[in-house]
Amino acid sequence: MAETYALLAAIAQQLGVIFFMTVFAVVVAYALWPKNRDKFDAAAQMPLRED
Amino acid sequence: MSTNATYRSMSANEVAWAIASAALAVFSLFVASKATDPGYAFHAYVFALAGIAGVIALGKRAAANVPAVAAQEINGKPNYNMGPVKFATLASLFWGVAGFLVGLIIALQLAYPALNFDLPWINFGRLRPLHTSAVIFAFGGNVLLATSLYVVQRTSRARLAGDVSPWFVVLGYNLFIVIAGTGYLLGITQSKEYAEPEWYADLWLTIVWVAYLFVFLATLWKRKEPHIYVANWFYLAFILTIAVLHLGNNAAVPVSIFSPKSYIVWSGVQDAMFQWWYGHNAVGFFLTAGFLGIMYYFIPKRVDRPVYSYRLSIIHFWALIFLYIWAGPHHLHYTALPDWAQTLGMTFSVMLWMPSWGGMINGLMTLSGAWDKLRTDPVLRMMVVSVAFYGMSTFEGPMMSIKAVNSLSHYTDWTIGHVHSGALGWVGFVSFGAIYCLVPWLWNKKGLYSDRLVNWHFWIATLGIVVYISAMWVAGIMQGLMWRAYTALGFLEYSFIETVEAMHPFYVIRALGGAMFVVGSLIMAYNIVMTIRSGEAAEPLDAAKPALVPAE
Repeated sequence: MAETYALLAAIAQQLGVIFFMTVFAVVVAYALWPKNRDKFDAAAQMPLRED
Repeated sequence: MSTNATYRSMSANEVAWAIASAALAVFSLFVASKATDPGYAFHAYVFALAGIAGVIALGKRAAANVPAVAAQEINGKPNYNMGPVKFATLASLFWGVAGFLVGLIIALQLAYPALNFDLPWINFGRLRPLHTSAVIFAFGGNVLLATSLYVVQRTSRARLAGDVSPWFVVLGYNLFIVIAGTGYLLGITQSKEYAEPEWYADLWLTIVWVAYLFVFLATLWKRKEPHIYVANWFYLAFILTIAVLHLGNNAAVPVSIFSPKSYIVWSGVQDAMFQWWYGHNAVGFFLTAGFLGIMYYFIPKRVDRPVYSYRLSIIHFWALIFLYIWAGPHHLHYTALPDWAQTLGMTFSVMLWMPSWGGMINGLMTLSGAWDKLRTDPVLRMMVVSVAFYGMSTFEGPMMSIKAVNSLSHYTDWTIGHVHSGALGWVGFVSFGAIYCLVPWLWNKKGLYSDRLVNWHFWIATLGIVVYISAMWVAGIMQGLMWRAYTALGFLEYSFIETVEAMHPFYVIRALGGAMFVVGSLIMAYNIVMTIRSGEAAEPLDAAKPALVPAE
């Protein structure tokens, strides 16, 4: 029981941090990637050019 | 009868819905006949009536020759389904006024306990959840239903998915509200804050919510736009997370299907942790993410400018949902919850400062170059002040989650003040702004019946909020200081009742602030009704609309 807890806690505390930080880093890179600028500028206009 | 020939027959879809409604009615009548509790029997009859009403409504739909499957487009333009949106908008107006009024009543009960009248149905303990559920889930929930179903259609340029299901979502949700609210008055509760409804109401909400999720997802699925606009991301996070929270915190086993009583499967501190994981994410995903969806659509729309930074909105979204989900333990400081979990809750709450303020800046800066509109447009002013309140309460919240601050603020009225600066200022005002925008659009009017009345609403309500939260700050900090005051001999300086007595004047002031907020909402209700009944019709379509110039 105690070993199971220690194992799960280690996974949650270490791999969890790495996983979430990586995902977030990817999100930030995606948002700031220069090539995506035009796409996001167009997306920002979406509410304004409705029919 | 020969006239019957002009009726269309019900579609397979409608027949399936009718059978489900009839089954609900029959089953509810069976439960009602054996119910152990009169309040529960009453609820079973309400469900039965709802089932019968569902069958009749479906039959009438066919009889009135409403197309069984509506056209997706008319003349090349999306054939938006705004009926359910209109219903939810009006429901939010009704529940808002009712919920604010109940809040005023319980504020007066706190100031003058005689107003409990020694009647069980209207004592503070039963009216308090009625107030919180009415404002959060009935008012806020209907605002979110209305705006999400509106925004997802407009930004996807697609008609709402499903023909009967969107109506099932809005009507079913309001049936849940009626069951929950009447249950509190009759004494039916599972005593979990913001999750008071008992197991059968929870099951019903689960069905409705899954339908909501599917309608929303299916509408996104058939969108004509390549990109999913950021407001929809926030709405989707709200819908999905509320589903998970609702299931987790309501894992209860009923005593019998003939009894309203159930027992939760979690025990002890795990139950407390589940409760506040749920409770704080009701704030984070219901009262924040959902209403940020409103901010990201309605503010750009109203100022006619794109959001300040679309990239910031993406980072805002992911940072917010990554952090909020961990903040719950700050509700359990200095309890049996392990210390590390308390510290984790506090740390994540403090980190929330960043996405919260990033989002606030993004909302406010959308006005850059158009600040003058604040002078002329009271609706925009309302929404901008709501974002300012969002910034203020998301500064205050993390601060209060710090253990040392919490040791003073916890269990005091400071918390009540904090909640209301968020609820009245942020959620209330951004909702009012959205309703003021939506009604002329939905009912095809040139504008509101009266902008001056919006102005009156704005100022009365703003002053009311300031009066309310200042009174609660003073009352709460005083209360906390009195609780921890010791005499030279090491005895507690004040008895509990002395702290209650000291707070009386502030309770009266708080009730005054609440009354001002209620008056503001009544002004809004009048303005909205007059707009729908007598407002000037807008020009047919928007042929004369000038071309938009992108803001650089």
